[in-house]
Amino acid sequence: MGEFDQLYRELILDHYKNPRNHGLLETADASAEGQNPLCGDEITVSVRLGEGDVVEEVGFEGRGCAISQAATSMLTDLVKGRRASEVAAMQKEELLEELGIPLTPVRLKCAILGLGVLKLALHKAKGTPLPEEWGTSVRDLVLE
Amino acid sequence: MAVTADPKLDANRLRADFPIFDEIFNGKSLAYLDSAVTAQKPRQMIEAMSEFYATSYGNVHRGVYAVSERATAAFEGAREKLRALINAPDAREVIFVRNATEALNLVAYAWGLVNLGPGDLVVVTELEHHSNYVPWQYIAKRTGAEFRMIPVGESGELELSALDEIAGEGRVKVVANNFVSNALGTINPVEKLTSWAHAQGAIMVVDAAQAAPHRKIDVQELGCDFLALSAHKMCGPSGVGALWGRRELLEAMEPFNLGGHMIRKVEFEETTWGDLPHKFEAGTSPIAEAVGFGAAIDYLTEIGFDAIERHEHELAGYTLGRLGELPWVELYGPPADRRAGIVSFNVTGIHPHDVAQVLDFEGVAIRAGHHCCQPLMRKLGVAATNRASFYVYTIPEEIDRLVDGLHRVWKALG
Repeated sequence: MGEFDQLYRELILDHYKNPRNHGLLETADASAEGQNPLCGDEITVSVRLGEGDVVEEVGFEGRGCAISQAATSMLTDLVKGRRASEVAAMQKEELLEELGIPLTPVRLKCAILGLGVLKLALHKAKGTPLPEEWGTSVRDLVLE
Repeated sequence: MAVTADPKLDANRLRADFPIFDEIFNGKSLAYLDSAVTAQKPRQMIEAMSEFYATSYGNVHRGVYAVSERATAAFEGAREKLRALINAPDAREVIFVRNATEALNLVAYAWGLVNLGPGDLVVVTELEHHSNYVPWQYIAKRTGAEFRMIPVGESGELELSALDEIAGEGRVKVVANNFVSNALGTINPVEKLTSWAHAQGAIMVVDAAQAAPHRKIDVQELGCDFLALSAHKMCGPSGVGALWGRRELLEAMEPFNLGGHMIRKVEFEETTWGDLPHKFEAGTSPIAEAVGFGAAIDYLTEIGFDAIERHEHELAGYTLGRLGELPWVELYGPPADRRAGIVSFNVTGIHPHDVAQVLDFEGVAIRAGHHCCQPLMRKLGVAATNRASFYVYTIPEEIDRLVDGLHRVWKALG
């Protein structure tokens, strides 16, 4: 399998060209915008929560590289049905495994942007922990 | 009538001097189109440094023994090569620093902190690399001076019509500009800006990081007051650069880094500073790196800067032509006859990271990002661009590989 196919495997291209849960929700309980200032990937996430703060619906919009958009698309499918606290605690490794592609440190930030923004949304709405995988650069995430 | 041969370089022959092109990356030979970020190194420079380490290395200036004399001669010899490269009147005006960024910080701090205050204007341009933007912005804030920016126009060239308005807003004290824009390849009118700066009573600080590797520099002709350059962008090693400054200005300036070697006498009550250039060279200098810098200057001087400039000009024209044929590629910057060997572009709807990634799989190295020019990117309305840039070893086949790679990008992700 050539390098192109490894990184841009069909799954990634599919999510990039046909993103799931695309479009922000009309009514949302939690939302946030974020960007990777180094390269300009942008993601906006909106979430509707049900009983017990379970994620019922997720909608996202964004502009950026294939990895950032595809990863966020995959993420939105993964988190439905989970409690906000579980999503806040979600390890980046889980998402990376789902992506299943080799990522250099530079592209890693692209892949976990959506996860950071989603966690930020829940933090603002429900006080759940900030994305620890972003460390202090979590404040870089927020679009002014 | 004498026939003057047009300066020409043989890139294929020169390429053989660069060992990196024997390496294989991702199963392919390297098409290196990112010389603006850093240049590849010729064997001659690498060997000059190794030989220096093996035969002549010691600390400079102070030692009483023979090997120290050898090292000092080599180190000061490199300084003289720098002086000659830029036609500075005096080698003592050439300060070895870590890179152009450090050179610009040196001027901002050592000149700026003392000479700027409320009512003064610090003027940069919208084309600046962060290294000639952020230090000035910071020093302006620190001193209470105002910070202004000469805007860039549609063609990627500075709008000099803004100068009058800027002059009316305060006492212009410093004008800082890059001779060549690393993002767009624009060649800026440094002599004109210098005249304007001096007419305002301001100093002119030139960031020559992207210019010195690719064209002849003459600081006396330019008339500027300070000039910054980096070795690694001109076939020299990483870790060394130079600041040139007018003697009167350097002598009047406060020091920047303090410590060993830059002093005359140290007592408890006070310490006095050494003469130029030592006043600005605290601690042990990048000795071997400076020697490597000198070897790189020799290498480029032998090729000839006119030939280099012409070679890159041709490549830029070729690239703009080939990319111009692709309807889904957007080009930025001035037309071919008014730019250096740098081409920034975007592929419609595809993020620069993805473009660069796919090209990497084809063995083609280009840059994706904001090129340390966020204000410019904002003006262009983009977060990032792709950039191809050329040097003495670049051949048209590499540009062909770039275009082939872009076709793949478009097919796969467009």
